[in-house]
Amino acid sequence: MEFKLNIGAPDTEDRVLRMDAGVLYDVIIVGGGPAALTAAVYCMRKGVSTGLITMDFGGQLSDTSTVENYMGYSYITGVDLANKFKEQVRQFEIAIADGKKAVAIEDGTEKVVRLDDGSAFRARSLIITTGKSSRKLGVPGEIELTGRGVAYCAICDAPLFAGKRVVVVGGGNSGIESAIDLAKIAEHVTVVQFLPELTADRVLVDAFEAFTNTTTLYEHEVMEIVGTQTVESVKIRNRVTGDVSTHEVQGIFIEIGLDPNTVSVKGLLKLNEFGEIEVDCACRTNRPGIFAAGDVTSVPFKQIIIAAGEGAKAALSACEYILRES
Amino acid sequence: MAIFDDKVRKQIGDILTKLGDRVNLLYFTQEMECGICKDIHEFLNEFASLSDRIGLTTFDFVKDRDKAEHYKIDKIPAILLLDKNDNDTGIRFFGLPGGYEINSFIQGLMEVSGVKEPLSQGAAEMIKKIDRDVHIQVFISLTCPYCPAAVSAAHRIALENPRVRADMVDAGVFPQLAVKYNVSSVPKTIINEKIEIIGAEPIEKLIETAAKA
Ligand SMILES: Cc1cc2nc3c(=O)[nH]c(=O)nc-3n(C[C@H](O)[C@H](O)[C@H](O)COP(=O)(O)OP(=O)(O)OC[C@H]3O[C@@H](n4cnc5c(N)ncnc54)[C@H](O)[C@@H]3O)c2cc1C
Repeated sequence: MEFKLNIGAPDTEDRVLRMDAGVLYDVIIVGGGPAALTAAVYCMRKGVSTGLITMDFGGQLSDTSTVENYMGYSYITGVDLANKFKEQVRQFEIAIADGKKAVAIEDGTEKVVRLDDGSAFRARSLIITTGKSSRKLGVPGEIELTGRGVAYCAICDAPLFAGKRVVVVGGGNSGIESAIDLAKIAEHVTVVQFLPELTADRVLVDAFEAFTNTTTLYEHEVMEIVGTQTVESVKIRNRVTGDVSTHEVQGIFIEIGLDPNTVSVKGLLKLNEFGEIEVDCACRTNRPGIFAAGDVTSVPFKQIIIAAGEGAKAALSACEYILRES
Repeated sequence: MAIFDDKVRKQIGDILTKLGDRVNLLYFTQEMECGICKDIHEFLNEFASLSDRIGLTTFDFVKDRDKAEHYKIDKIPAILLLDKNDNDTGIRFFGLPGGYEINSFIQGLMEVSGVKEPLSQGAAEMIKKIDRDVHIQVFISLTCPYCPAAVSAAHRIALENPRVRADMVDAGVFPQLAVKYNVSSVPKTIINEKIEIIGAEPIEKLIETAAKA
Protein backbone atom coordinates (compact mmCIF):
# COMPACT_ATOMS: atom_id res chain seq x y z
CA MET A 1 0.00 0.00 0.00
CA GLU A 2 1.26 3.45 -0.92
CA PHE A 3 1.12 6.57 1.23
CA LYS A 4 1.80 9.93 -0.41
CA LEU A 5 2.55 11.81 2.74
CA ASN A 6 3.04 15.49 2.09
CA ILE A 7 1.96 17.33 5.18
CA GLY A 8 4.04 18.29 8.12
CA ALA A 9 2.64 19.30 11.47
CA PRO A 10 0.18 22.15 10.95
CA ASP A 11 1.35 25.65 11.67
CA THR A 12 -0.30 26.82 14.82
CA GLU A 13 -1.53 30.32 15.43
CA ASP A 14 1.70 32.14 16.24
CA ARG A 15 3.93 30.71 13.51
CA VAL A 16 1.91 31.69 10.46
CA LEU A 17 2.24 35.27 9.46
CA ARG A 18 -0.82 36.30 7.46
CA MET A 19 -0.44 38.94 4.79
CA ASP A 20 -1.55 42.36 5.93
CA ALA A 21 -3.37 44.80 3.63
CA GLY A 22 -2.00 47.70 5.70
CA VAL A 23 1.64 46.87 4.95
CA LEU A 24 3.56 48.07 1.91
CA TYR A 25 5.77 45.05 1.20
CA ASP A 26 9.13 45.38 -0.52
CA VAL A 27 8.34 42.34 -2.63
CA ILE A 28 5.21 40.32 -3.26
CA ILE A 29 5.68 36.96 -4.97
CA VAL A 30 2.67 35.55 -6.82
CA GLY A 31 2.74 31.74 -7.16
CA GLY A 32 3.84 28.75 -5.09
CA GLY A 33 5.87 26.54 -7.43
CA PRO A 34 9.65 26.03 -7.58
CA ALA A 35 10.23 29.55 -8.96
CA ALA A 36 8.17 31.22 -6.21
CA LEU A 37 9.59 29.22 -3.33
CA THR A 38 13.17 29.80 -4.41
CA ALA A 39 12.48 33.52 -4.84
CA ALA A 40 10.97 33.56 -1.34
CA VAL A 41 14.10 32.08 0.25
CA TYR A 42 16.33 34.58 -1.56
CA CYS A 43 14.18 37.58 -0.57
CA MET A 44 14.00 36.51 3.07
CA ARG A 45 17.75 35.97 3.25
CA LYS A 46 18.25 39.45 1.80
CA GLY A 47 16.07 40.75 4.62
CA VAL A 48 13.48 42.54 2.50
CA SER A 49 9.86 42.40 3.67
CA THR A 50 8.18 39.77 1.57
CA GLY A 51 4.69 38.43 0.95
CA LEU A 52 3.70 35.27 -0.90
CA ILE A 53 0.31 34.89 -2.57
CA THR A 54 -0.47 31.47 -3.97
CA MET A 55 -3.24 29.03 -4.70
CA ASP A 56 -1.11 26.10 -3.50
CA PHE A 57 2.39 25.03 -2.52
CA GLY A 58 4.36 22.99 -5.03
CA GLY A 59 2.72 23.97 -8.32
CA GLN A 60 3.28 21.39 -11.04
CA LEU A 61 5.60 19.48 -8.69
CA SER A 62 2.51 18.16 -6.92
CA ASP A 63 1.43 16.47 -10.18
CA THR A 64 4.82 14.93 -10.85
CA SER A 65 5.35 11.37 -9.67
CA THR A 66 9.13 11.26 -9.68
CA VAL A 67 11.92 13.69 -10.41
CA GLU A 68 15.31 12.38 -11.47
CA ASN A 69 17.01 15.52 -12.74
CA TYR A 70 17.01 17.97 -9.84
CA MET A 71 20.59 18.19 -8.61
CA GLY A 72 21.32 16.70 -5.21
CA TYR A 73 18.67 14.00 -5.59
CA SER A 74 19.12 11.19 -8.06
CA TYR A 75 15.52 10.20 -7.29
CA ILE A 76 12.84 12.04 -5.34
CA THR A 77 9.05 12.17 -5.62
CA GLY A 78 7.52 15.47 -6.73
CA VAL A 79 5.61 15.64 -3.47
CA ASP A 80 8.75 15.18 -1.34
CA LEU A 81 10.68 17.80 -3.27
CA ALA A 82 7.78 20.26 -2.94
CA ASN A 83 7.78 19.62 0.82
CA LYS A 84 11.48 20.30 1.10
CA PHE A 85 11.04 23.58 -0.78
CA LYS A 86 8.14 24.56 1.46
CA GLU A 87 10.02 23.68 4.65
CA GLN A 88 12.95 25.79 3.55
CA VAL A 89 10.61 28.75 3.03
CA ARG A 90 8.82 28.21 6.33
CA GLN A 91 12.07 28.64 8.28
CA PHE A 92 11.55 32.33 7.71
CA GLU A 93 8.81 34.60 8.98
CA ILE A 94 7.38 35.25 5.57
CA ALA A 95 3.87 36.67 5.19
CA ILE A 96 1.63 34.24 3.35
CA ALA A 97 -1.79 34.32 1.73
CA ASP A 98 -2.39 30.76 0.53
CA GLY A 99 -5.42 29.20 -1.08
CA LYS A 100 -5.81 32.56 -2.82
CA LYS A 101 -5.86 33.47 -6.47
CA ALA A 102 -4.51 36.73 -7.83
CA VAL A 103 -7.05 38.06 -10.33
CA ALA A 104 -5.62 41.45 -11.22
CA ILE A 105 -2.37 43.33 -10.91
CA GLU A 106 -2.08 47.12 -11.04
CA ASP A 107 1.04 49.17 -11.60
CA GLY A 108 1.60 52.64 -10.18
CA THR A 109 3.76 54.23 -7.50
CA GLU A 110 2.71 51.19 -5.54
CA LYS A 111 1.89 47.89 -7.14
CA VAL A 112 -1.37 46.26 -6.12
CA VAL A 113 -2.35 42.59 -6.28
CA ARG A 114 -6.10 41.95 -6.14
CA LEU A 115 -7.34 38.53 -5.00
CA ASP A 116 -10.43 36.50 -5.79
CA ASP A 117 -11.80 37.03 -2.27
CA GLY A 118 -11.88 40.80 -2.77
CA SER A 119 -8.78 41.59 -0.71
CA ALA A 120 -5.80 43.53 -2.09
CA PHE A 121 -2.14 43.75 -1.10
CA ARG A 122 0.50 46.38 -1.89
CA ALA A 123 4.18 46.19 -2.72
CA ARG A 124 7.05 48.17 -4.17
CA SER A 125 7.97 45.31 -6.50
CA LEU A 126 6.40 42.09 -7.73
CA ILE A 127 7.65 38.72 -8.86
CA ILE A 128 5.18 36.82 -11.04
CA THR A 129 5.71 33.03 -11.03
CA THR A 130 2.27 31.72 -11.86
CA GLY A 131 3.55 28.85 -14.03
CA LYS A 132 1.43 26.85 -16.39
CA SER A 133 -1.68 24.71 -16.28
CA SER A 134 -3.53 22.33 -18.59
CA ARG A 135 -4.45 23.72 -21.97
CA LYS A 136 -8.11 23.61 -22.95
CA LEU A 137 -9.27 22.31 -26.35
CA GLY A 138 -11.63 25.22 -26.86
CA VAL A 139 -14.42 23.18 -28.49
CA PRO A 140 -18.17 23.25 -27.79
CA GLY A 141 -19.18 21.12 -24.80
CA GLU A 142 -15.76 21.18 -23.13
CA ILE A 143 -16.50 23.66 -20.35
CA GLU A 144 -20.09 22.50 -19.75
CA LEU A 145 -19.01 18.87 -19.39
CA THR A 146 -15.82 19.38 -17.37
CA GLY A 147 -16.04 16.98 -14.45
CA ARG A 148 -18.87 15.19 -16.24
CA GLY A 149 -16.69 13.11 -18.49
CA VAL A 150 -14.24 15.78 -19.64
CA ALA A 151 -11.07 15.31 -17.59
CA TYR A 152 -7.58 16.77 -17.39
CA CYS A 153 -6.02 14.54 -14.70
CA ALA A 154 -5.68 10.90 -15.69
CA ILE A 155 -4.02 9.82 -12.44
CA CYS A 156 -6.99 11.30 -10.53
CA ASP A 157 -9.87 10.18 -12.67
CA ALA A 158 -8.79 7.07 -14.60
CA PRO A 159 -10.22 4.72 -11.91
CA LEU A 160 -13.70 6.15 -12.59
CA PHE A 161 -13.60 4.95 -16.19
CA ALA A 162 -13.10 1.24 -15.55
CA GLY A 163 -14.94 -0.76 -18.22
CA LYS A 164 -15.87 2.39 -20.16
CA ARG A 165 -14.94 3.79 -23.57
CA VAL A 166 -12.76 6.89 -23.58
CA VAL A 167 -10.91 9.26 -25.88
CA VAL A 168 -7.47 10.68 -25.07
CA VAL A 169 -6.55 13.85 -26.95
CA GLY A 170 -2.82 14.31 -27.50
CA GLY A 171 0.01 12.03 -28.61
CA GLY A 172 2.82 13.54 -26.55
CA ASN A 173 4.27 12.13 -23.33
CA SER A 174 1.38 13.11 -21.07
CA GLY A 175 -1.22 11.93 -23.61
CA ILE A 176 0.37 8.52 -24.04
CA GLU A 177 1.01 8.11 -20.30
CA SER A 178 -2.69 8.78 -19.72
CA ALA A 179 -3.67 6.41 -22.54
CA ILE A 180 -1.60 3.65 -20.91
CA ASP A 181 -3.18 4.23 -17.48
CA LEU A 182 -6.63 4.13 -19.07
CA ALA A 183 -5.99 1.15 -21.37
CA LYS A 184 -5.29 -0.95 -18.27
CA ILE A 185 -8.87 -0.58 -17.03
CA ALA A 186 -11.08 0.95 -19.71
CA GLU A 187 -12.94 -1.11 -22.29
CA HIS A 188 -11.44 0.88 -25.15
CA VAL A 189 -9.17 3.89 -25.62
CA THR A 190 -9.06 6.06 -28.75
CA VAL A 191 -6.07 8.39 -29.01
CA VAL A 192 -6.66 11.47 -31.16
CA GLN A 193 -3.42 12.96 -32.47
CA PHE A 194 -3.19 16.17 -34.51
CA LEU A 195 0.10 15.14 -36.16
CA PRO A 196 0.88 12.16 -38.44
CA GLU A 197 2.83 10.42 -35.65
CA LEU A 198 3.00 10.14 -31.87
CA THR A 199 5.54 12.48 -30.34
CA ALA A 200 5.87 10.68 -27.01
CA ASP A 201 9.19 9.03 -26.04
CA ARG A 202 9.86 5.66 -27.69
CA VAL A 203 9.57 3.67 -24.42
CA LEU A 204 6.08 5.05 -23.83
CA VAL A 205 4.92 4.44 -27.40
CA ASP A 206 6.14 0.83 -27.18
CA ALA A 207 4.29 0.28 -23.90
CA PHE A 208 1.14 1.83 -25.38
CA GLU A 209 1.28 -0.22 -28.55
CA ALA A 210 1.35 -3.43 -26.53
CA PHE A 211 -2.34 -2.94 -25.63
CA THR A 212 -4.99 -4.45 -27.91
CA ASN A 213 -7.95 -2.33 -26.76
CA THR A 214 -6.73 0.91 -28.33
CA THR A 215 -7.11 2.81 -31.61
CA THR A 216 -4.97 5.75 -32.71
CA LEU A 217 -6.36 8.36 -35.09
CA TYR A 218 -3.50 10.30 -36.70
CA GLU A 219 -4.08 13.74 -38.21
CA HIS A 220 -7.46 14.01 -36.51
CA GLU A 221 -8.91 16.68 -34.26
CA VAL A 222 -11.82 16.95 -31.84
CA MET A 223 -14.59 19.24 -33.06
CA GLU A 224 -17.22 18.91 -30.35
CA ILE A 225 -18.01 17.10 -27.13
CA VAL A 226 -21.65 16.08 -26.92
CA GLY A 227 -23.76 15.16 -23.88
CA THR A 228 -26.57 16.45 -21.71
CA GLN A 229 -25.70 15.36 -18.16
CA THR A 230 -22.46 13.57 -19.00
CA VAL A 231 -20.29 12.99 -22.05
CA GLU A 232 -22.12 10.79 -24.59
CA SER A 233 -20.06 11.20 -27.72
CA VAL A 234 -17.21 13.09 -29.33
CA LYS A 235 -17.14 14.44 -32.88
CA ILE A 236 -13.76 13.94 -34.51
CA ARG A 237 -12.60 15.32 -37.85
CA ASN A 238 -10.09 13.75 -40.20
CA ARG A 239 -7.77 16.64 -41.06
CA VAL A 240 -6.81 15.11 -44.41
CA THR A 241 -10.22 14.18 -45.81
CA GLY A 242 -12.32 16.57 -43.73
CA ASP A 243 -14.71 13.74 -42.78
CA VAL A 244 -16.34 14.05 -39.35
CA SER A 245 -17.21 10.92 -37.37
CA THR A 246 -19.05 10.49 -34.09
CA HIS A 247 -17.54 8.27 -31.41
CA GLU A 248 -19.70 7.07 -28.54
CA VAL A 249 -17.62 7.35 -25.37
CA GLN A 250 -18.20 8.16 -21.70
CA GLY A 251 -15.03 10.12 -21.15
CA ILE A 252 -12.49 12.35 -22.84
CA PHE A 253 -9.07 13.11 -21.34
CA ILE A 254 -7.42 16.24 -22.66
CA GLU A 255 -3.61 16.13 -22.65
CA ILE A 256 -2.53 18.73 -25.19
CA GLY A 257 0.06 20.57 -23.19
CA LEU A 258 0.11 23.56 -20.93
CA ASP A 259 -0.81 27.24 -21.14
CA PRO A 260 0.85 30.02 -19.13
CA ASN A 261 -1.29 31.46 -16.29
CA THR A 262 -1.32 35.12 -17.23
CA VAL A 263 -4.93 36.24 -16.68
CA SER A 264 -3.91 38.54 -13.84
CA VAL A 265 -1.30 40.37 -15.94
CA LYS A 266 -3.04 40.52 -19.34
CA GLY A 267 -2.91 44.02 -20.77
CA LEU A 268 -0.23 45.03 -18.25
CA LEU A 269 2.78 42.91 -19.16
CA LYS A 270 4.11 42.18 -22.61
CA LEU A 271 3.52 38.57 -23.68
CA ASN A 272 5.22 36.65 -26.50
CA GLU A 273 3.48 34.70 -29.27
CA PHE A 274 2.97 31.72 -26.91
CA GLY A 275 1.30 33.94 -24.32
CA GLU A 276 4.34 33.81 -22.03
CA ILE A 277 5.56 36.89 -20.14
CA GLU A 278 8.56 38.36 -21.95
CA VAL A 279 11.57 38.77 -19.67
CA ASP A 280 15.18 39.77 -20.21
CA CYS A 281 18.18 37.93 -18.76
CA ALA A 282 17.61 39.62 -15.37
CA CYS A 283 13.94 38.53 -15.22
CA ARG A 284 12.72 42.08 -15.90
CA THR A 285 9.37 42.54 -17.66
CA ASN A 286 8.40 45.62 -19.65
CA ARG A 287 7.24 47.28 -16.38
CA PRO A 288 9.94 48.55 -14.00
CA GLY A 289 9.69 46.80 -10.65
CA ILE A 290 7.69 43.86 -12.00
CA PHE A 291 9.75 40.72 -12.47
CA ALA A 292 8.75 37.25 -13.63
CA ALA A 293 10.30 33.79 -13.41
CA GLY A 294 9.76 30.14 -14.28
CA ASP A 295 7.34 28.43 -16.65
CA VAL A 296 5.14 31.50 -17.09
CA THR A 297 7.99 33.35 -18.82
CA SER A 298 9.56 33.34 -22.27
CA VAL A 299 12.69 31.61 -20.92
CA PRO A 300 13.19 28.44 -22.97
CA PHE A 301 12.89 24.97 -21.38
CA LYS A 302 10.43 24.34 -18.61
CA GLN A 303 12.17 22.44 -15.86
CA ILE A 304 12.26 22.56 -12.08
CA ILE A 305 15.92 23.45 -11.84
CA ILE A 306 15.47 26.20 -14.42
CA ALA A 307 12.38 27.62 -12.69
CA ALA A 308 14.22 27.56 -9.35
CA GLY A 309 17.28 29.28 -10.83
CA GLU A 310 15.13 31.93 -12.50
CA GLY A 311 13.28 32.47 -9.21
CA ALA A 312 16.59 33.19 -7.49
CA LYS A 313 17.53 35.62 -10.23
CA ALA A 314 14.18 37.43 -10.12
CA ALA A 315 14.52 37.82 -6.33
CA LEU A 316 18.00 39.31 -6.60
CA SER A 317 16.83 41.65 -9.39
CA ALA A 318 13.88 42.76 -7.25
CA CYS A 319 16.12 43.40 -4.22
CA GLU A 320 18.48 45.44 -6.36
CA TYR A 321 15.54 47.43 -7.74
CA ILE A 322 14.26 48.25 -4.25
CA LEU A 323 17.70 49.42 -3.10
CA ARG A 324 18.08 51.63 -6.13
CA GLU A 325 14.60 53.13 -5.87
CA SER A 326 14.75 54.01 -2.17
CA MET B 1 1.97 -7.67 7.11
CA ALA B 2 3.08 -4.20 8.08
CA ILE B 3 1.03 -1.43 6.52
CA PHE B 4 3.63 1.31 6.79
CA ASP B 5 7.25 0.94 5.73
CA ASP B 6 9.87 2.21 8.16
CA LYS B 7 10.26 5.57 6.49
CA VAL B 8 6.55 6.39 6.44
CA ARG B 9 6.07 5.07 9.99
CA LYS B 10 8.80 7.38 11.23
CA GLN B 11 7.44 10.38 9.30
CA ILE B 12 3.94 9.87 10.66
CA GLY B 13 5.26 9.22 14.15
CA ASP B 14 7.20 12.50 14.03
CA ILE B 15 4.13 14.47 12.99
CA LEU B 16 2.02 12.80 15.67
CA THR B 17 4.37 13.99 18.42
CA LYS B 18 2.75 17.38 17.77
CA LEU B 19 -0.71 16.01 18.51
CA GLY B 20 -2.50 18.08 21.17
CA ASP B 21 -5.43 16.51 23.01
CA ARG B 22 -6.43 12.90 22.74
CA VAL B 23 -8.37 11.84 19.63
CA ASN B 24 -10.66 8.82 19.66
CA LEU B 25 -11.18 6.89 16.45
CA LEU B 26 -14.30 4.81 15.91
CA TYR B 27 -14.25 2.13 13.28
CA PHE B 28 -17.39 0.51 11.91
CA THR B 29 -16.83 -2.83 10.20
CA GLN B 30 -18.47 -6.26 10.42
CA GLU B 31 -17.67 -9.70 11.75
CA MET B 32 -16.84 -11.21 8.36
CA GLU B 33 -14.66 -8.39 7.20
CA CYS B 34 -14.52 -7.43 3.54
CA GLY B 35 -11.00 -7.25 2.01
CA ILE B 36 -10.69 -3.50 2.32
CA CYS B 37 -12.27 -3.61 5.80
CA LYS B 38 -9.46 -5.88 6.97
CA ASP B 39 -6.85 -3.58 5.46
CA ILE B 40 -8.39 -0.58 7.20
CA HIS B 41 -8.46 -2.48 10.48
CA GLU B 42 -4.74 -3.17 10.21
CA PHE B 43 -4.10 0.39 9.10
CA LEU B 44 -5.94 1.80 12.11
CA ASN B 45 -4.28 -0.58 14.56
CA GLU B 46 -0.88 0.38 13.28
CA PHE B 47 -1.73 4.07 13.11
CA ALA B 48 -3.11 4.17 16.66
CA SER B 49 0.03 2.43 17.92
CA LEU B 50 2.13 5.39 16.76
CA SER B 51 0.83 7.70 19.49
CA ASP B 52 -0.48 7.20 23.00
CA ARG B 53 -2.94 10.01 22.37
CA ILE B 54 -4.96 8.07 19.80
CA GLY B 55 -7.74 5.77 20.96
CA LEU B 56 -9.41 3.17 18.73
CA THR B 57 -12.77 1.47 19.27
CA THR B 58 -14.25 -0.96 16.76
CA PHE B 59 -17.97 -1.54 16.26
CA ASP B 60 -19.84 -4.15 14.31
CA PHE B 61 -22.18 -2.53 11.82
CA VAL B 62 -24.75 -5.31 12.30
CA LYS B 63 -24.45 -6.17 15.99
CA ASP B 64 -23.97 -2.59 17.16
CA ARG B 65 -26.94 -1.31 15.19
CA ASP B 66 -27.78 1.28 17.88
CA LYS B 67 -24.29 2.78 17.66
CA ALA B 68 -24.44 2.92 13.88
CA GLU B 69 -27.79 4.69 14.07
CA HIS B 70 -26.57 7.06 16.75
CA TYR B 71 -23.68 8.18 14.52
CA LYS B 72 -25.82 8.04 11.34
CA ILE B 73 -23.53 5.47 9.75
CA ASP B 74 -25.33 3.98 6.74
CA LYS B 75 -22.45 2.09 5.16
CA ILE B 76 -19.10 0.49 5.99
CA PRO B 77 -16.15 0.68 6.17
CA ALA B 78 -16.45 3.93 8.15
CA ILE B 79 -13.95 5.78 10.34
CA LEU B 80 -15.18 8.53 12.69
CA LEU B 81 -13.15 11.05 14.63
CA LEU B 82 -14.25 11.90 18.18
CA ASP B 83 -12.59 14.48 20.39
CA LYS B 84 -11.03 13.84 23.82
CA ASN B 85 -14.47 13.96 25.47
CA ASP B 86 -15.91 11.51 22.93
CA ASN B 87 -17.92 14.22 21.23
CA ASP B 88 -18.66 13.47 17.59
CA THR B 89 -16.78 15.94 15.37
CA GLY B 90 -18.80 15.09 12.26
CA ILE B 91 -15.60 14.00 10.49
CA ARG B 92 -15.90 10.70 8.64
CA PHE B 93 -13.81 8.63 6.25
CA PHE B 94 -15.61 6.04 4.14
CA GLY B 95 -12.76 3.95 2.74
CA LEU B 96 -9.08 3.66 3.54
CA PRO B 97 -7.31 7.00 3.88
CA GLY B 98 -4.26 5.79 1.92
CA GLY B 99 -2.50 7.29 -1.11
CA TYR B 100 -2.84 11.05 -0.99
CA GLU B 101 -5.65 10.84 1.59
CA ILE B 102 -3.21 9.98 4.37
CA ASN B 103 -2.72 13.75 4.42
CA SER B 104 -6.37 14.59 5.06
CA PHE B 105 -6.49 11.85 7.70
CA ILE B 106 -3.52 13.26 9.60
CA GLN B 107 -4.78 16.80 9.19
CA GLY B 108 -8.19 15.76 10.54
CA LEU B 109 -6.58 14.15 13.60
CA MET B 110 -4.39 17.18 14.24
CA GLU B 111 -7.29 19.57 13.99
CA VAL B 112 -9.50 17.49 16.28
CA SER B 113 -6.62 17.43 18.79
CA GLY B 114 -6.70 21.24 18.75
CA VAL B 115 -3.60 21.81 16.63
CA LYS B 116 -4.94 23.81 13.73
CA GLU B 117 -4.19 26.77 11.53
CA PRO B 118 -6.40 29.76 12.25
CA LEU B 119 -9.27 30.40 9.85
CA SER B 120 -9.70 33.85 8.42
CA GLN B 121 -12.13 35.85 10.52
CA GLY B 122 -14.69 35.94 7.72
CA ALA B 123 -14.58 32.18 7.30
CA ALA B 124 -14.88 31.51 11.04
CA GLU B 125 -17.94 33.74 11.29
CA MET B 126 -19.61 32.26 8.23
CA ILE B 127 -19.22 28.73 9.60
CA LYS B 128 -20.76 29.72 12.94
CA LYS B 129 -23.77 31.17 11.16
CA ILE B 130 -24.76 27.85 9.58
CA ASP B 131 -27.89 26.95 11.56
CA ARG B 132 -29.24 23.99 9.60
CA ASP B 133 -28.10 20.39 9.22
CA VAL B 134 -25.56 20.16 6.44
CA HIS B 135 -24.17 16.92 5.05
CA ILE B 136 -21.09 17.23 2.84
CA GLN B 137 -19.79 14.24 0.86
CA VAL B 138 -16.44 14.56 -0.89
CA PHE B 139 -15.77 11.87 -3.49
CA ILE B 140 -12.10 11.11 -4.07
CA SER B 141 -9.66 8.64 -5.57
CA LEU B 142 -6.50 7.75 -3.68
CA THR B 143 -4.31 8.79 -6.63
CA CYS B 144 -5.67 12.34 -6.80
CA PRO B 145 -3.25 15.02 -5.56
CA TYR B 146 -5.96 17.71 -5.34
CA CYS B 147 -8.44 15.70 -3.31
CA PRO B 148 -7.04 15.99 0.26
CA ALA B 149 -7.50 19.77 0.14
CA ALA B 150 -11.20 19.36 -0.67
CA VAL B 151 -11.63 16.73 2.05
CA SER B 152 -9.82 18.77 4.69
CA ALA B 153 -11.84 21.89 3.92
CA ALA B 154 -15.11 19.97 4.38
CA HIS B 155 -13.84 18.31 7.57
CA ARG B 156 -12.76 21.64 9.01
CA ILE B 157 -16.26 23.06 8.55
CA ALA B 158 -17.71 20.00 10.30
CA LEU B 159 -15.26 20.40 13.17
CA GLU B 160 -16.19 24.04 13.67
CA ASN B 161 -19.96 23.56 13.52
CA PRO B 162 -21.82 20.62 15.11
CA ARG B 163 -24.65 20.92 12.57
CA VAL B 164 -22.26 19.90 9.79
CA ARG B 165 -21.23 16.32 8.93
CA ALA B 166 -18.48 15.80 6.33
CA ASP B 167 -17.54 12.52 4.66
CA MET B 168 -14.57 11.48 2.60
CA VAL B 169 -15.96 8.86 0.21
CA ASP B 170 -13.55 6.73 -1.85
CA ALA B 171 -15.29 6.40 -5.22
CA GLY B 172 -13.43 3.13 -5.78
CA VAL B 173 -14.82 1.55 -2.59
CA PHE B 174 -18.38 2.81 -3.15
CA PRO B 175 -18.86 2.56 -6.93
CA GLN B 176 -22.65 2.47 -6.59
CA LEU B 177 -22.54 5.89 -4.89
CA ALA B 178 -20.18 7.20 -7.58
CA VAL B 179 -22.81 6.17 -10.13
CA LYS B 180 -25.67 7.61 -8.07
CA TYR B 181 -23.99 11.01 -7.80
CA ASN B 182 -22.59 10.89 -11.32
CA VAL B 183 -18.97 11.15 -10.22
CA SER B 184 -16.70 11.17 -13.26
CA SER B 185 -13.98 13.37 -11.89
CA VAL B 186 -12.58 13.88 -8.44
CA PRO B 187 -12.76 15.67 -6.13
CA LYS B 188 -16.52 16.06 -6.43
CA THR B 189 -18.46 17.43 -3.49
CA ILE B 190 -22.17 16.86 -2.86
CA ILE B 191 -23.90 19.05 -0.31
CA ASN B 192 -27.25 17.95 1.16
CA GLU B 193 -27.84 15.63 -1.80
CA LYS B 194 -28.53 18.50 -4.16
CA ILE B 195 -25.63 20.88 -4.70
CA GLU B 196 -22.51 19.70 -6.55
CA ILE B 197 -19.05 21.22 -6.62
CA ILE B 198 -16.53 19.91 -9.13
CA GLY B 199 -12.87 20.33 -8.23
CA ALA B 200 -11.23 21.66 -5.07
CA GLU B 201 -12.53 25.07 -3.99
CA PRO B 202 -11.03 27.27 -1.29
CA ILE B 203 -12.70 26.80 2.11
CA GLU B 204 -14.43 30.20 1.91
CA LYS B 205 -16.30 29.16 -1.26
CA LEU B 206 -17.24 25.82 0.24
CA ILE B 207 -18.66 27.50 3.36
CA GLU B 208 -20.65 29.93 1.22
CA THR B 209 -22.13 27.07 -0.78
CA ALA B 210 -22.81 24.98 2.33
CA ALA B 211 -24.54 27.91 4.03
CA LYS B 212 -26.95 28.16 1.11
CA ALA B 213 -27.70 24.42 0.93
C1 LIG C 1 3.57 15.78 -15.08
C2 LIG C 1 4.78 16.68 -15.04
C3 LIG C 1 6.04 16.12 -14.87
C4 LIG C 1 7.18 16.94 -14.82
N1 LIG C 1 8.41 16.34 -14.61
C5 LIG C 1 9.51 17.13 -14.48
C6 LIG C 1 10.78 16.53 -14.17
O1 LIG C 1 10.91 15.30 -14.01
N2 LIG C 1 11.86 17.37 -14.05
C7 LIG C 1 11.77 18.72 -14.22
O2 LIG C 1 12.77 19.42 -14.07
N3 LIG C 1 10.58 19.31 -14.50
C8 LIG C 1 9.45 18.55 -14.64
N4 LIG C 1 8.24 19.15 -14.93
C9 LIG C 1 8.20 20.62 -15.15
C10 LIG C 1 8.26 21.39 -13.84
O3 LIG C 1 7.30 20.85 -12.93
C11 LIG C 1 8.01 22.87 -14.07
O4 LIG C 1 8.97 23.36 -14.96
C12 LIG C 1 8.08 23.70 -12.78
O5 LIG C 1 7.16 23.23 -11.82
C13 LIG C 1 7.82 25.18 -13.06
O6 LIG C 1 7.81 25.89 -11.86
P1 LIG C 1 7.10 27.30 -11.72
O7 LIG C 1 7.31 27.72 -10.32
O8 LIG C 1 7.56 28.20 -12.80
O9 LIG C 1 5.55 27.06 -12.04
P2 LIG C 1 4.46 26.03 -11.48
O10 LIG C 1 5.09 24.80 -10.95
O11 LIG C 1 3.48 25.88 -12.60
O12 LIG C 1 3.77 26.80 -10.27
C14 LIG C 1 2.88 27.87 -10.46
C15 LIG C 1 2.31 28.29 -9.13
O13 LIG C 1 1.56 29.48 -9.27
C16 LIG C 1 0.31 29.33 -8.64
N5 LIG C 1 -0.63 30.21 -9.35
C17 LIG C 1 -0.99 30.17 -10.66
N6 LIG C 1 -1.85 31.17 -10.96
C18 LIG C 1 -2.02 31.87 -9.81
C19 LIG C 1 -2.78 33.02 -9.46
N7 LIG C 1 -3.54 33.67 -10.37
N8 LIG C 1 -2.73 33.46 -8.18
C20 LIG C 1 -1.98 32.83 -7.25
N9 LIG C 1 -1.24 31.74 -7.52
C21 LIG C 1 -1.25 31.27 -8.78
C22 LIG C 1 -0.01 27.87 -8.76
O14 LIG C 1 -0.95 27.49 -7.78
C23 LIG C 1 1.36 27.27 -8.52
O15 LIG C 1 1.63 27.18 -7.14
C24 LIG C 1 7.08 18.35 -14.98
C25 LIG C 1 5.80 18.91 -15.14
C26 LIG C 1 4.66 18.10 -15.18
C27 LIG C 1 3.29 18.73 -15.34
